Amino acid sequence: MEKGKGVMGSGGRRWGVDFSDNSTSRDIPDPPGFSRASLDQDDSTLSRQKKDAESNWKAQKAWEVAQAPMKNLLMMGFMMWMAGSTVHLFSIGITFSALWQPISALQSVGKMFEPYKDNKVELLGPKLLFIALNLGGLALGVWKLNALGLLPTHTSDWVSSLAPAQEVEFSGGGVNLG
Amino acid sequence: LYEDQVGLMDWHQQYIGKVKHALFHTQKSGRKRVLVSTEENVVASLDLRRGEIFWRHVLGTNDVVDGLDIALGKYVITLSSDGSILRAWNLPDGQMVWESFLQGSVASKSILYIPKNLKADKDDLILVFGKGCLHAVSSIDGEVLWKKDFVGESIEVNHIIQSTDEIYVAGFVGSSKFYVYGLNAKNGELLKNDHKALPCDTFGELLSVSGDKFVVLDKTRSKILTINIKNGEISYKQKPISDLIEDSSGQAVILPSRLPELFALRINSHVLLIKVTNEGELVLVDKINNAAAVSDALSIPEGQHAFAFVQHEDSKIHLFVKDVNDWNGDLLKERVVIDHQRGNVDKIFINNYVRTDRSYGFRALMVMEDHSLLLVQQGEIVWSREDGLASVVDVTASELPVEKEGVSVAKVEQNLFEWLKGHVLKLKGTLMIASAEDVVAIQALRLRSSEKSKMTRDHNGFRKLLIVLTRAGKVFALHTGDGRVVWSILLHTLRKTEVCEHPIGLNIYQWQVPHHHALDENPSILVVGRCGPSLAAPSVLSFIDAYTGKELNSLSLAHTVAQVIPLPYTDSTEQRLHLIIDINRYAYLYPRTSEAIGILQREFSNVYWYSVDADNGVIRGHALKSNCIHKVVDEYCFDFRNLWSIVFPSESEKIIATVTRKSNEVVHTQAKVMTDHDVMYKYVSKNVLFVANAAPKASGEIGTATPEEASLVIYIIDTVTGRILHRMTHHGCQGPVHAVFSENWVVYHYFNLRAHRYEMSVVEVYDQSRADNKDVWKFVLGKHNLTSPISSYYRAEVVTKSQSYFFTHSVKAIEVTSTAKGITSKQLLIGTIGDQVLALDKRFLDPRRTLNPSQAEKEEGIIPLTDSLPIISQSYITHSLKVEGLRGIVTVPAKLESTSLVFAYGVDLFFTQIAPSRTYDSLTEDFSYALLLLTIVALVAAIFVTWVLSQRKDLQEKWR
Repeated sequence: MEKGKGVMGSGGRRWGVDFSDNSTSRDIPDPPGFSRASLDQDDSTLSRQKKDAESNWKAQKAWEVAQAPMKNLLMMGFMMWMAGSTVHLFSIGITFSALWQPISALQSVGKMFEPYKDNKVELLGPKLLFIALNLGGLALGVWKLNALGLLPTHTSDWVSSLAPAQEVEFSGGGVNLG
Repeated sequence: LYEDQVGLMDWHQQYIGKVKHALFHTQKSGRKRVLVSTEENVVASLDLRRGEIFWRHVLGTNDVVDGLDIALGKYVITLSSDGSILRAWNLPDGQMVWESFLQGSVASKSILYIPKNLKADKDDLILVFGKGCLHAVSSIDGEVLWKKDFVGESIEVNHIIQSTDEIYVAGFVGSSKFYVYGLNAKNGELLKNDHKALPCDTFGELLSVSGDKFVVLDKTRSKILTINIKNGEISYKQKPISDLIEDSSGQAVILPSRLPELFALRINSHVLLIKVTNEGELVLVDKINNAAAVSDALSIPEGQHAFAFVQHEDSKIHLFVKDVNDWNGDLLKERVVIDHQRGNVDKIFINNYVRTDRSYGFRALMVMEDHSLLLVQQGEIVWSREDGLASVVDVTASELPVEKEGVSVAKVEQNLFEWLKGHVLKLKGTLMIASAEDVVAIQALRLRSSEKSKMTRDHNGFRKLLIVLTRAGKVFALHTGDGRVVWSILLHTLRKTEVCEHPIGLNIYQWQVPHHHALDENPSILVVGRCGPSLAAPSVLSFIDAYTGKELNSLSLAHTVAQVIPLPYTDSTEQRLHLIIDINRYAYLYPRTSEAIGILQREFSNVYWYSVDADNGVIRGHALKSNCIHKVVDEYCFDFRNLWSIVFPSESEKIIATVTRKSNEVVHTQAKVMTDHDVMYKYVSKNVLFVANAAPKASGEIGTATPEEASLVIYIIDTVTGRILHRMTHHGCQGPVHAVFSENWVVYHYFNLRAHRYEMSVVEVYDQSRADNKDVWKFVLGKHNLTSPISSYYRAEVVTKSQSYFFTHSVKAIEVTSTAKGITSKQLLIGTIGDQVLALDKRFLDPRRTLNPSQAEKEEGIIPLTDSLPIISQSYITHSLKVEGLRGIVTVPAKLESTSLVFAYGVDLFFTQIAPSRTYDSLTEDFSYALLLLTIVALVAAIFVTWVLSQRKDLQEKWR
């Protein structure tokens, strides 16, 4: 085996024979002394089983990665609750961390699932779940931001910088100069 | 504020005012001093060597000093309040020794007379005539020994004469009957009296020329009457002035200088010195041209009586000291060079000293026309005091010149070595390794910082010129860095002349403030003055360059000035348009240019003015109508029509205070955010007037009315339409009312008769008709109309909130801080009766304060409600100093948004910077740049060292 590989390998693979093709279309009878059952089991079956196992593993891992933000979500919720509802250094840090983590995760969805790409594995479901959970985390951050009073959702947030209206008339005078 | 910060950003100057009486005290070997009393009701002791104040007392506003003398060689005696309060002050240190209140029933002339060598039993006497009574007071303890009432005799006492153990009181009944009363000096018993009817009425004051001789002018001022009293008998002689001098067509005035057997008569521009002989004859001794002032006589131990007079010549004055009895010999003749901006000599007091060659020298204390005080000795001005600054009338602020490239400022810049030395010292201080001498040196460096005294504009806007107008008609420019006088000018339009007899300066206005031509043109100010106290007196305008103090132009107006209204329009040279309203109700436009006419014509229908007639209780609104219908067509003169009037019922309301918003105040936002994100819109019109009316019975002093009779009604009035926006009555309250109007709120201070306490109230005005703007999307998309121009004729639905609190102090002045953009929170600057300035945060005067504020309200900073406003001792911005005789407070915005400049004036001047929200937009002045640089260098060195070490360690790891 090794020798044969060396001979062919110097110029790359020129041709190959797929022995795992189990097509039964051949009409040639088995040679005398050849036992088909034991040969198929040892080689092609193992190879098939291995590939199937790998695909299953990838799918399972993808779903695990998709569900990982749930734990982060719970932890972040707990930290927000502990930080209180007033503005100070800790609560601001927690809130902006809660906003930044989902955003950075959403930016790298493709990169996150790259190791699990396989032509037998469907990744759309795990990606959608991942995105949904991160959007949930983002919503939690925005809700916290609103609880701290930092969202411009009230009229007062928009009128604070309104310049006074210019007056048309001018009136002066008063008491006579002493 | 900490102790080592005193004097860094503030300065304090002490003055005494225009001198009325002066006494030299140089007898002993101690410090030589001069005792003065002034028109600002100050009694002070000045160092004769340097002119500094040894001690000083500022009496009350109504406590006018009538007389000043020394008793027993150690007490300064002052008579004040129309002869009703007599006080003795210890001469060395000014401590009050005793005080006596002299009772009397009628107003009369006040005379303080301390006779020599006159005793009743063991007491030395002080004789006081005041309120129609003659009192004899003991010099030791101020006890009234006896009292003689002259009210029944209706005599107007002019003089008190001493003759061994008898006292003669001389004066007029009416203006032509002369009376003399003789009293026993020990008990006030009436011994004898005599009177004589003079042949004509008299004019002016009776002047004593010796113990028993008096001179007075007749009513037509063409004759001199000589009155002689001998043993209580009265005789008189007359002499026409034309017998003494040929040209006697002018008005004659007898000068009040007291000279033995001699008196001075001013006629035309000359002074005649006339001797009164023993027989009562008048002999002309000399005629002095261009004479300015004549002093009293001074006794010299050799038996001579010296007196001084002053002649003016260009920028010099000639000082003569002569013996009364030897006219041809000059005791002193000196020529002194004096700054012509000081004006003429108004008063002169002389004192003598012994020179090293045992001859007599003389020194002269001169009160100048601009109220400054000079000591002249041996032809030199030894010292001078700018005491005109004790009577500041109006203040305005001006910028300093922009720093130009290439212009050398080397005279004020520190060199590099001094800069490094200063920073090394500061670094030592920061690292706590400075010695005591280093600490003192650091403090001296901070106080003497040349940065704050430069004559150019700085980035923060802390360096400005404060331009003040004083009562003498002089304009000073003070540097805000250290308070020094940059320039001063005695306006010739405000000097006394034949045409203008009583000139007074009224106001200062900003005339031209170039922004687009700041490098090419200098700003200028307008000074409005008048030639008399009456509204109908002629008026004058002066235009002064704010950088140099030169008078650019002056106008003697053909019309009077009742009001000056700066308009919010400027022409292409950035001169501000002003309307001047005269007493005949015409409006005149200044500057008189066609461009100004064009600007006014464009804004004609938008210019209004209002008048407050406090005596009649009427407020009227006016609008411009057309050009005046005069004999001469004047296109700069406008007639106006009356739009509205508010007549207060005179039987129940009398106007006692009005206040408006400052025209240059900046409001940053028109919305006020309430609790729970609610929004209210401020009513930020500038055309509003706050009026406080008291019940007529309660418009006097506190305590003159009962609580049932007293009420205080306040109004907030739109001055364009005359609409009353708010009216509120405080029952049982009365004035005086001090108020300040800012943005959409007014704070006022008054007295509550029921509670026997002062109160302060706040009224905030909001526009409810704008409250419909609640849709957030309108703001997000910019679809609102809240910033479009608004008219006073749009009927705003006004809602007000108000609250009242007790306040401990009575108040002399109230001002509010102002910043360049109006973002910083506000503080009220309250000038208290103790002549200090208290900074009170506006949050204490918030109508939303409640007893139990909610959590949201607490977070917003609303303070729980208490019945009193707190007075925190650290909130006094004058710290341990006093602004004696405090009259006004002025705030000027700096360029830094966090900081306001505060100037308080009275008899003293005080300036400081104040940051109501702390200095959030700048490093503190004691920020150590040296320490910062050292830290950076240390960090960079540490980075380098650790990098080298890590490289070495990494290399060793790789070899392993």
